[in-house]
Amino acid sequence: MLGYEIFVDGFAISSLYALGAVGFTLIFGVSGVLNLAHGGTMVVAAMIAWLVIGDLHTGVLGGALIGIIAAIAFAFATYFAAVRPIQRSRAIPKEETEIFILTSTLLWGIMIQTAIAYFFTTNPVTVPPLVPGVVHVLSVRTPSNEVLIAVLCWLVMALLWLFVSRTRAGKALLAASINPRALTLCGFELSRIHLLVWAIYGVLAGIAGVLLGTYLGASSDNIGPLTASAFSIVILGGLGSVPGSLIAAYVVGYFETITAYLVAPTLRSIPALIILVLVLYIRPQGILGRR
Amino acid sequence: MSRMGKSDLRTSAKASRRQVLAGAGALAGLAALPASVRAAGEPIKIGVIAEISTLPGAAIPKGAEIAADEINAKGGVMGRPLQLVVYDNHVSSVESVRAFQRLASQDKVVAVIASFISEVALALEPWSARLKMPFITPGAASNNISKQVHDDYDHFKYTFHGWFTSYFIAKSTSDSAHDLLVDQLHMKSCVVMSEDAAWTTPLDEGYLEFLPKAGLAVLDHIRFSPDTTDFTPIFNRIEARKPDVMITGISHVGVVPTVQWAEQKVPIPMYGVSSQATSSDFWKDTHGACEGVTSQAGAAPDSAITPRTLPFTQSYLKRYGLLPAYCGYSSYDMVYVIAEAIARAGSTEADKMVTGLEATDHVGTIGRIKFYGRTARFTHAIEYGIDLVPGVMLQWQQAKMKTIWPLKYATAKISFPSFVKLPA
Repeated sequence: MLGYEIFVDGFAISSLYALGAVGFTLIFGVSGVLNLAHGGTMVVAAMIAWLVIGDLHTGVLGGALIGIIAAIAFAFATYFAAVRPIQRSRAIPKEETEIFILTSTLLWGIMIQTAIAYFFTTNPVTVPPLVPGVVHVLSVRTPSNEVLIAVLCWLVMALLWLFVSRTRAGKALLAASINPRALTLCGFELSRIHLLVWAIYGVLAGIAGVLLGTYLGASSDNIGPLTASAFSIVILGGLGSVPGSLIAAYVVGYFETITAYLVAPTLRSIPALIILVLVLYIRPQGILGRR
Repeated sequence: MSRMGKSDLRTSAKASRRQVLAGAGALAGLAALPASVRAAGEPIKIGVIAEISTLPGAAIPKGAEIAADEINAKGGVMGRPLQLVVYDNHVSSVESVRAFQRLASQDKVVAVIASFISEVALALEPWSARLKMPFITPGAASNNISKQVHDDYDHFKYTFHGWFTSYFIAKSTSDSAHDLLVDQLHMKSCVVMSEDAAWTTPLDEGYLEFLPKAGLAVLDHIRFSPDTTDFTPIFNRIEARKPDVMITGISHVGVVPTVQWAEQKVPIPMYGVSSQATSSDFWKDTHGACEGVTSQAGAAPDSAITPRTLPFTQSYLKRYGLLPAYCGYSSYDMVYVIAEAIARAGSTEADKMVTGLEATDHVGTIGRIKFYGRTARFTHAIEYGIDLVPGVMLQWQQAKMKTIWPLKYATAKISFPSFVKLPA
């Protein structure tokens, strides 16, 4: 029974981690940007969904959609406010661009965190579940919403895979992550590909954020930990590797769940961090890293 | 760090804005009154430090402002108006200490009302002693706050505990559990589930001592991190123990475990302290998932524990559009307690105020308020008792907070949602 509980509970949370981290790793793979305002994108999606469902009575699906749109808008805002100006700045030496972007996205994330705390308090909000009720999975009483989360996460990732492997825009995206210079020589505009990847990122992080809101709740205090968890997963999986991030998300999700069940709920996040440190010592490129 | 500098600026801007607003409000109020009751002269300043971004913390300055306005409308204290100086501490002990120092040195307040978080109150206590500044917490619960006063009275006597100690919260909760869960619902066993925080260590000790005496065997005792977001493992572990009820000690968390409890249809009722549930926003924040959730509190919006409870609830609702969280009541009461102590002492000098505060016998919104004396176990904590401050047990029933205990003040019978299984 306990084994089943760990399996079912861990699967839902790991799927959510995976979806959250995939967008994060995609942006790094394609444009070399580590977006430290990532948690902010997820929380903005959940907050906006919660707000419009409660105050505008849009219904859960309408609210979820508006939440995802808000996340796309926020992703573009991050790009145009915290990333693009630094990439174009002549005052910043080329080799220092990355560290400046790291700093600017971090500060941007803190600004959003403070703004959300100011307007909505630090108290977590929850988006109503997309489907109510419970079902029994492997004889474990599981909210239907949790099953839906796992299914949706995999569906979205399958769609992403189809997009990248079957469409022209998707293939260009993949090519940009392998050799951006060659891509520009083929006549592709790199800045448009960057816009595309930020839009995809907004969709992925938005969906993950809304689903997070229906499952664990979201508050301004979550922004830092959400960024940190995506960051750990991506480091563990190998920077820029989507399959690596998927594997790492399940490793982290299950380690956390096992710890919460078998050791103590208080220590939940510790073992994953220990693994992360070990990986940095033994295999710094991560599970499927290229470098 | 830069974050602190920034928020520092924000607090001071906020404080001055609030002062101006309070001043304007007081002027508008005074204009309507006959000259004989107008408070005049140099204002007496009282400092307020609160976690304004949290549900319980936001109620602290709001409750205090209503009391100050009422007192000023009746002529103030010794003919002088009360003025509040409010700082947001951003849920940080460090910022609280800085605000406390500023209140003493710059704003020249005569007393400070601060915080519902024990870690913060415990950080301020030595500063209250050092700066000889009367300090009352209207919502923190750790036993150590008043125990320190007992252990080193001459040093710490400036601190007053304007809320239940964890010990008495555990006692009040267990007394109510005996009347409701054991006598009415025939429950026999429980699991204690508390967040890991300064206030719950003594609370859990109290639970483990009083619950078996009340008739509930404690099958397991779970403490979890206040950062927990997924409560499924905790609920599953509790369910595996097959208790009749889980007894909660939660304040930093509230919305998330409540929503997950309802979504997962955990068949075991939650009972005990759930501080966030004492705010009227809780129904909206949980989308009604809090049906059947209880919390121990000082007063309820629907039950006249004293003649002052309901009028205060109404003026709070009218002024702020929501009902006060638990420390809204106690903050309101503590402004009166301070005002009366000053009047009694005839002075705002710290040592005289302490003597004045020790003589407190005030009928407030949460009951008849007196402080334990120097020889008691919890010096300067408010006295617990069914005819003094009894504490109440609230329960959310159909979008309303109802009083279910003490039985003589109850406005509803205890009931739980249909997915909860009760003993036959």
